[in-house]
Amino acid sequence: MPRDLTPLFEPRGVVVTGVSSHPGKFGFVALHNILSCGFSGPVFAVGREEGEVLGHPVLASIADLPDSVADLLVLCTPVGANEEIVRIAATRGVRAVFCAAGGYSEAGPEGVEAEARLVALAAELDLVLAGPNGQGVVSTPAGLCAQIVAPYPPRGRIGVASQSGNFASAFLNYAGQAGIGISRAVSAGNAAATSIADYLEWYADDDETDVALCYLEGLSDGRAFFERVREVTLRMPVVVVKGGTTAGGQRAAASHTGSLASDDRIFDGMARQAGLVRAATIESAFEAAATFATQPMPSGDRVVVLSTAGGWGVVTADAVTLHPDLTLTPLPDDLLADIDRMLPPRWSRNNPVDLAGGETRDTIPDLLHLTAAHPEVDAIIQLGIGIQGNTAALTRSGPFHPDHGLERIVDFHEHQERRYAEAAAAASDAHDKPVLVASELAVARPDNPMVAAVRESGRLCYASADRAVTALGHLVRYARRLRGRT
Amino acid sequence: MPTLSEAASRRIVEDAGVAVSPWATAADAGSAEEVAASLGLPVVAKLCGGAIAHKTERGLVRLGLSSQDEVGAAAADLLAAARPEDGDVELLVSTMVSGNRELIAGLVRNEQFGPCVMLGLGGILAEAVADVAFRLAPLERDDALDLIDDLGAQLLLDEFRGEPAVDREALADTLMALSRIAEDPEVLSVDLNPLIVDDGQPVAVDALVETA
Repeated sequence: MPRDLTPLFEPRGVVVTGVSSHPGKFGFVALHNILSCGFSGPVFAVGREEGEVLGHPVLASIADLPDSVADLLVLCTPVGANEEIVRIAATRGVRAVFCAAGGYSEAGPEGVEAEARLVALAAELDLVLAGPNGQGVVSTPAGLCAQIVAPYPPRGRIGVASQSGNFASAFLNYAGQAGIGISRAVSAGNAAATSIADYLEWYADDDETDVALCYLEGLSDGRAFFERVREVTLRMPVVVVKGGTTAGGQRAAASHTGSLASDDRIFDGMARQAGLVRAATIESAFEAAATFATQPMPSGDRVVVLSTAGGWGVVTADAVTLHPDLTLTPLPDDLLADIDRMLPPRWSRNNPVDLAGGETRDTIPDLLHLTAAHPEVDAIIQLGIGIQGNTAALTRSGPFHPDHGLERIVDFHEHQERRYAEAAAAASDAHDKPVLVASELAVARPDNPMVAAVRESGRLCYASADRAVTALGHLVRYARRLRGRT
Repeated sequence: MPTLSEAASRRIVEDAGVAVSPWATAADAGSAEEVAASLGLPVVAKLCGGAIAHKTERGLVRLGLSSQDEVGAAAADLLAAARPEDGDVELLVSTMVSGNRELIAGLVRNEQFGPCVMLGLGGILAEAVADVAFRLAPLERDDALDLIDDLGAQLLLDEFRGEPAVDREALADTLMALSRIAEDPEVLSVDLNPLIVDDGQPVAVDALVETA
């Protein structure tokens, strides 16, 4: 049975210790964030100063906490105080502890002992113990931002578990930027009692979470991690980015096999065998998770690249061709014949489908639906939209708008861009296939109507075709693993 | 960590199901010639002993011996090249396997993840090219097939220079055999290097087992 982390992520109430009126202290920041982000349950603050902090009454002692109101204790008090606090909190019905305080195993032999005592105490009292030395826990369905850092992300379907608090924050920042939200997030800290595998197992059973996103550095028991996550990945995709992959590992070995057995190669083999989705960077890990959270699972690896014009289609076709998990599928004859009827003859007549500027009002939406509907197509990458909207932006901001007939054309272009983005999402939904839209405008001009409409459709507008190809590759590989070897 | 002689290593991997080149040991030049006659020429002769791990570097491997006289002369040379620190030595005579493709397969124990099976491109460039991949033992059959798929140089596993494609099922058999060897905690590592692809079939022509 996986460890039940409900009191950590869905507490009825929260109590924070170490609260003072100094806005730079962890206790203040944690209280501020809990009070500011929409948590609807009761919140209690414990501190040494009498009176109020942020207009909130401060209890002089944890012993003043009423019975059975708070499930989660957030510890921002020093190491020496915490065991007694935890013991008393448990008598008041607290069931989970997030220990933000440092000074434990990361801080030398005395800290190691204190951590062992805290772990033993949590086990004795049957408490969930997260941390110590972690930045906090976030749970958007509960409106909970129990962390000593920012940000509070938009609500969504990605569950984050990170061995670095700063990378947890990075994932949440990307979530805010992309508009692809987070369900739960935890900075595992020293992971003394609750490990990344514990979080992953709970996320797999969590109705609010569709995909997990992890930063890993070290694994104290790699074998146990492997055995556990291998089961998790059958129920939920798990995206992993691994730090420290190049350090050491190549011991002086008597065997050639030993000298080739670098830590990174072994980790990579383990990850593939366990069905983990291994991303190369923090950014691509977020994009992979965002893709799993927002696109349907493909039934195969046959990709069609749709492009309005120019080099986009060519380089993207190259990237698909070079990707070991993707196939740039030959354009099926009947699809080719259908497109022939829609376009002047100068179009590419091949995959990538390059319209060569031959499109009219409805060509792109029609083509998206036609291609997505085809049984020999598993996924689509759409390029080259957004340019009409970009032109419109310059026109709109120039000195001649709205005269000279410019108002009408600008409105038309912007309307068209929204239609394209909506058609991409609608075609994907209707045919249950991934349709990824990529454009540098995603970062260059997030106000572009195409980019904005992709975001409103709940999907990611990829900042480059390469990044869309990488994300799609992860999706296809994972889907293939779920199907098994055939 | 002690390494076993090639003969002792061959017995372990062969028992587990690895296809190795036909072989026998011989104490002197005369019996080496007899072994060669029964295996069929051409053969390979090597000096074999528990303390000899890297034979090639010391010139203790004689390839492509195609007459009884060559076998006899090579055997005498090899025995004369033995050093006192080599301890007990014998000759190992095996069939000369030829093929354009060399793979390497092996077993290693990793501190974090335990026993791991490796497959890679072999030959003298193996460590420089480092086209290798690992799986954690014990392997399921699908793990073994996935491991083969992980190699970068997939073209090398297809039909190649007039030779048929590598028999992936036979190669998976070899990897499964290594996975079984991992069940013995005394075995620290195994090298099958090279694993020559002969008419599509992977055949280990050398084996090195390291024990605790």
